[in-house]
Amino acid sequence: MSRIGVFTCHCGENINGTVDCGKVAESARGVPGVVHSVDYKYMCSDPGQSLIKEAIREHRLTGVVVAACSPRMHEPTFRNAVAEAGLNPYLCEMANLREHCSWVHEKGEATTAKAADLVRVMVEKVKHDQPLQPIRVPVTKRALVLGGGIAGIQAALDIANAGHKVVLVEKSPSIGGHMSQLSETFPTLDCSQCILTPRMVEAARHPNITLYTYAELEKLEGFIGNFKATIRRKARSLDEKLCTGCGLCTTKCPNKKIKDEFNEGLATRGAIYVPFPQAVPNKPVIDKLNCTYYKTGKCKLCEKVCPTGAIRFDQEDELVTLDVGAIVLATGFKLMKTDQFPEYGYGKYKDVVDGMQFERLASASGPTAGAMKRPSDGKAPETVVFVACSGSRDRSKGVPYCSKVCCMYTAKHAMLYKHKMHHGKAYVFYMDIRSSGKDYDEFVRRAIEEDDVSYIRGRVSRIYEEDGQLIVQGADTLQNGRPVEIKADLVVLATAVQAQDGSEALAQKLHVSYDPYHFFAEAHPKLKPVETNTAGIFLAGACQAPRDIPETVAQASGAAAKVAGLFSRDELTREPVVAVVNRLPAPTFSYCVGCFLCQSACPYQAIEQEQIKARDGSVIRTLAKVNAGLCQGCGTCVATCRTKAIDIQGFSNEQIFAEIMTL
Amino acid sequence: MTDTFEPKITAFVCNWCTYAGADLTGTSRIKYPSNVRVLRLPCTGRIDFMLLAKAFARGSDGIIISGCHPNDCHYTSGNYHARRRWMVYRNLMDFMGIDTSRITFSWVSAAEGAKWAELVNEVTEGIRAMGPYTEYQELAHAGVE
Repeated sequence: MSRIGVFTCHCGENINGTVDCGKVAESARGVPGVVHSVDYKYMCSDPGQSLIKEAIREHRLTGVVVAACSPRMHEPTFRNAVAEAGLNPYLCEMANLREHCSWVHEKGEATTAKAADLVRVMVEKVKHDQPLQPIRVPVTKRALVLGGGIAGIQAALDIANAGHKVVLVEKSPSIGGHMSQLSETFPTLDCSQCILTPRMVEAARHPNITLYTYAELEKLEGFIGNFKATIRRKARSLDEKLCTGCGLCTTKCPNKKIKDEFNEGLATRGAIYVPFPQAVPNKPVIDKLNCTYYKTGKCKLCEKVCPTGAIRFDQEDELVTLDVGAIVLATGFKLMKTDQFPEYGYGKYKDVVDGMQFERLASASGPTAGAMKRPSDGKAPETVVFVACSGSRDRSKGVPYCSKVCCMYTAKHAMLYKHKMHHGKAYVFYMDIRSSGKDYDEFVRRAIEEDDVSYIRGRVSRIYEEDGQLIVQGADTLQNGRPVEIKADLVVLATAVQAQDGSEALAQKLHVSYDPYHFFAEAHPKLKPVETNTAGIFLAGACQAPRDIPETVAQASGAAAKVAGLFSRDELTREPVVAVVNRLPAPTFSYCVGCFLCQSACPYQAIEQEQIKARDGSVIRTLAKVNAGLCQGCGTCVATCRTKAIDIQGFSNEQIFAEIMTL
Repeated sequence: MTDTFEPKITAFVCNWCTYAGADLTGTSRIKYPSNVRVLRLPCTGRIDFMLLAKAFARGSDGIIISGCHPNDCHYTSGNYHARRRWMVYRNLMDFMGIDTSRITFSWVSAAEGAKWAELVNEVTEGIRAMGPYTEYQELAHAGVE
């Protein structure tokens, strides 16, 4: 006979504000099998949990329903409390009165009635709950970090310094990411490379870090603590062990007209190249699409000049399989291209550049060695217009969100320009100035007040070329929308920050959620900002949402702390939500008829065949058997089974039908 | 009577996308009608379509099935199984005398709180317009079950 306790939580006013919790507790008392039902202000608080524990002992409860928030929030809390009182934790279920009821419906009887219904559903479920034992699995104490920008480097270093092995995978030939392209950083104006390159070198030298550059994740299998990752190491066409990084090959390559990605197309490079002088590893790579040898079968000049004979034209991609226990996703962002703006010339005006191109123009390591020269004719720009919110907060561009970093970097750009061209004029068109952050607003004020940058509140409607100058037409909304026209030599568009190309495909490979803009989704917007919905996979940096460097570094350290926490244990416990095939005494053995439809439906190859043998060793029956170590508990096999021989613990047929019977 | 008819909607949702999406609807305080009762399953691939017949037999006027978008399944392919099974079972349900237009198959991801509210709004309005569903209940009580 079931003895169920129901505990209804007010969650302050969160539930009780719209749902009459007293009535819910009252109605639960009338449900058969319920022997105890109370409501309380905060069930998750210490006194609230004590209430549950005492009731379990006092009323000898066989099951507990906590009617409170989402089980995704507090199920572990209450299951722990129940376990502390000596009841099997899997005999505790939660009715979601907050996220699925009080927060989404208006106050009224219908809402209270729904809450009471949700409680009844769970009471019926808990009656059919079975005591379960958590499954113990070992933890592989090696982390995989995807993305070698500042987020990935920071996460890898922190995990490595905690004493664990890390594999850092970067798709381009060098780690460093976007931060290595920046000239200076806000709000201090310290040189980006000066603070980044020591970290890059540290990551490469760290005894706990294995670096795979020019590599990408091919496939991921497994689950928290026990992932199996396949990494594709793309062929560099180079024996990295022999290469000394002398760079002779890169100077001799006859093909020199290739757009240099590191300099955002403002300079050129050879077909064999090192992305930038401080690259880590400082080893070249052959761009097969542009290499004369790969295209025509002739040349091999680099091979001839290489003093150590390191060039390998016949090198092929290599697949490396790794066992890892946790993954940090740090794949970063991309900027919207200027060709997305018909009103600003579809990217055809050379002197309309994006923010990253301006970084390269301002950088001492850039194509102009830091001198202010515009791309079209190398002239020093006397007037520069900066356009903030180019694409951001613009539904017509598909980017309704704020890109977060542009207000700050636009102020920085204007300052960098003014510091190099004291007599020049700098204008900034903006919608709002969003400069919340330590020393951020002071920084913007400095641009306006000390460096005499003219801020115009309004949007730019059109840019066109006339007599070698760019005519920028906009409006000043602080002067009743007065039209403004500026003759500029250079225009910098602070284009929107977007999710990196291929984010969607990567998310699908890893089974992590992502938002409509393809940024990876955190498990909870406030309380689980670095976790994903997939246990063991964490997030760092701008792959989750637009972020600046301080936030990215903080988040990367947060993700690393989560990984270190995970690795502090030798064993993990996993939810025992797995499928089981029913077994009966001889001569029936099981309802299973051995059709093995479940085997073909299982995405994890968790269904095995088991032979039932007679004494003489002859096979009587072949039945399905679930390997609980591989089973992830999706239940697809359950729905596939013709004879209902296979069932899933925690979501069994009996439980679900019992829930439906309450409707 | 139909003016005061409040349909009973039963939703079968997966734990990873739609349940989390519906949680987000709550966190974002987006309102929708209280007619829906959500049943949490690990995956839409778990849905045995006999559950739907049972839900109708127990008085549901409409049913929502919602899980992860194609390619996004937490378990790689459970949502494909659900979709394929639905294609097949729909014919069987027609044969059984179940009005399949009362079943809405959708995809709501964990980041689509607003979409969940829209879905519940649409289905509730649609079912309200169709009126109560008693035919299958009567059949079930007559012994089909």
